[in-house]
Amino acid sequence: MLKLTENEKVKFSPALIAKFDAIISHRYPVGKLKAGLLPILHLVQAEYGWVSPEAMDQVADYLDIKPIEVYEVATFYTMFFLKPQGKYVLEVCRTGPCGLVGADKIMGHIEKTLGVKEGEVTSDGLFSWRGVECLAACGMAPVLQIGPEYTYYEHLTEEKIDQLIKDLKNK
Amino acid sequence: MTRKLLLEHIQVPDIHTFDVYRKHGGYRAIEKVLKGMSPDDVVEEVKKSGLRGRGGAGFPTGMKWSFLAKPEGKSRYLVCNADESEPGTFKDRYLMTYLPHLLIEGMIVSSFALGAKVSYIYVRGEMMPQIRILEKAIAEARNAGFLGKNILGSGYDLELYVQPGGGAYICGEETALIESLEGKRGLPRIKPPFPAISGLWACPTVVNNVESIAAVVPIINDGGDEYAKRGNGRSTGTKLISASGNLMKPGVYEIELGLPVEEFIYSDEYCGGIANGKRLKAVVAGGSSVPILPANLILKTTSGENRLMTYESLSDGGFQTGTMLGSGGFIAFDEDACIVRNTWNFARFYHHESCGQCSPCREGTGWMEKVLHRLEYGHGQMSDIDLLLDVSKKIEGNTICPLGDAAAWPVASAIRHFRDEFEWHVTHPKEAMERNYGLANYANPLSQTMQNVYQK
Repeated sequence: MLKLTENEKVKFSPALIAKFDAIISHRYPVGKLKAGLLPILHLVQAEYGWVSPEAMDQVADYLDIKPIEVYEVATFYTMFFLKPQGKYVLEVCRTGPCGLVGADKIMGHIEKTLGVKEGEVTSDGLFSWRGVECLAACGMAPVLQIGPEYTYYEHLTEEKIDQLIKDLKNK
Repeated sequence: MTRKLLLEHIQVPDIHTFDVYRKHGGYRAIEKVLKGMSPDDVVEEVKKSGLRGRGGAGFPTGMKWSFLAKPEGKSRYLVCNADESEPGTFKDRYLMTYLPHLLIEGMIVSSFALGAKVSYIYVRGEMMPQIRILEKAIAEARNAGFLGKNILGSGYDLELYVQPGGGAYICGEETALIESLEGKRGLPRIKPPFPAISGLWACPTVVNNVESIAAVVPIINDGGDEYAKRGNGRSTGTKLISASGNLMKPGVYEIELGLPVEEFIYSDEYCGGIANGKRLKAVVAGGSSVPILPANLILKTTSGENRLMTYESLSDGGFQTGTMLGSGGFIAFDEDACIVRNTWNFARFYHHESCGQCSPCREGTGWMEKVLHRLEYGHGQMSDIDLLLDVSKKIEGNTICPLGDAAAWPVASAIRHFRDEFEWHVTHPKEAMERNYGLANYANPLSQTMQNVYQK
């Protein structure tokens, strides 16, 4: 999965490092700073749109842990993107109740509208999409969410998807 | 129902802010506890209340607390499990969105009872909006002197932090959650030792669901005995039910345990019946992991009694004809829902979420997904149905954590109750692609007139 040759150069900005510091400075006991790994990976992804191997190496340096300890975590949790994505990633819930009330139709409509398959990026770099497992919003199904804020969009219809994509394009 | 215990003030504008929450009686439980109760008094009240874990297992919360080891010189931790990921369950997200201070108040009272000086709320990563809400609410509570050093002059110190997950259902299992909180992959630990002895950073730890912790607030305010008067038998108090699927009014409802299932589905106070004027075919009553039941068995037990929303009534009949209350994720399926397709959908979920540590689960969930996929898409054979049962039996009970069982039960129960629909997919592969099997012989036993009575 990790393509180590395609790395872009990454240098964390002082502002980003200040955010890391704010997490590990007080939340965890002395010597247990590895606990900051997941929050820090979320911050990295919010900054770059994905977590590249080089960024992971730098996180390892920052937390003073081995790079493999970062790789194994980033590859285990499904929220972390291991390759570049569109600026907006539409993550559509496909499980159980959402499936019952039309998640497949919503994903089909997104695929048709954006013209890219699940996991691919549109040529303008703006969008990608994928099906994800239960987002805990079953009563408002079908739902999707968009990072890095992870705003929920509920009770989806094809019209709402069209409007959402239009709004994001004009943003 | 009479007075709600958790959602009493849910309609009050800005109840998510400290000031409004406080004005409506918020943080009284902490005042009561810090001004006149010992930690053991609090544990005793929770024991008396009969509160059972609201995350799904239903284990008595007070008893879980009393197992916590208290060795000298070691920190103790309370961790709130807000990794709500069980398909069909969305009550915790609702609670955190609208009543963050109820959870925070519950965390402070519970942390005091357990002697924790630092506590964590582990929220699934996808719920970033709720993480922001909680962090803001924690800052408000801190400013008001309910968190930090020497809370209300009692000498009790507590820090409360929110920790995000990364998108893994398995982290709802408490030892996987602890691993994840330590910054590792969410692989469940072999037990014993239980977290009460060796949990977070090898310290004694209690992990409780969001709703369980929130319920501690009314238990302290009213007293454990008062709480135990609500509900039905050993299912005391109220429970949040997440209703979804083909219902008129899906949403989160606080019910008094003991409510008849029929009333919950059909009365206008709750779900208002099945959407689009259709009939009920089946129900998953407690989140995707519990056995699915056809309409006739969810409304009445085999002895003809009304099925109630309690731990005991829902499990009446065992796995042959019963199910479980679980997390309260109530998914209704109408006459047009395809059981095979839904079972495949769930199997795909468990395959996706298996952590891969135990072979029966890692391999078995994948097999079940593949076999169900071919049944759904018209390439199945009759022998596939028994193959599924065989695989599910080989997963069940053979894994470190309950995810294996959770993956096996929906498949086994769907075949147990809807075997003819699976067979129809084999014998009518083309037709199965074009239409659904319908109600067959598990029709809704409620007559149209009875439905009219409920929707008056």
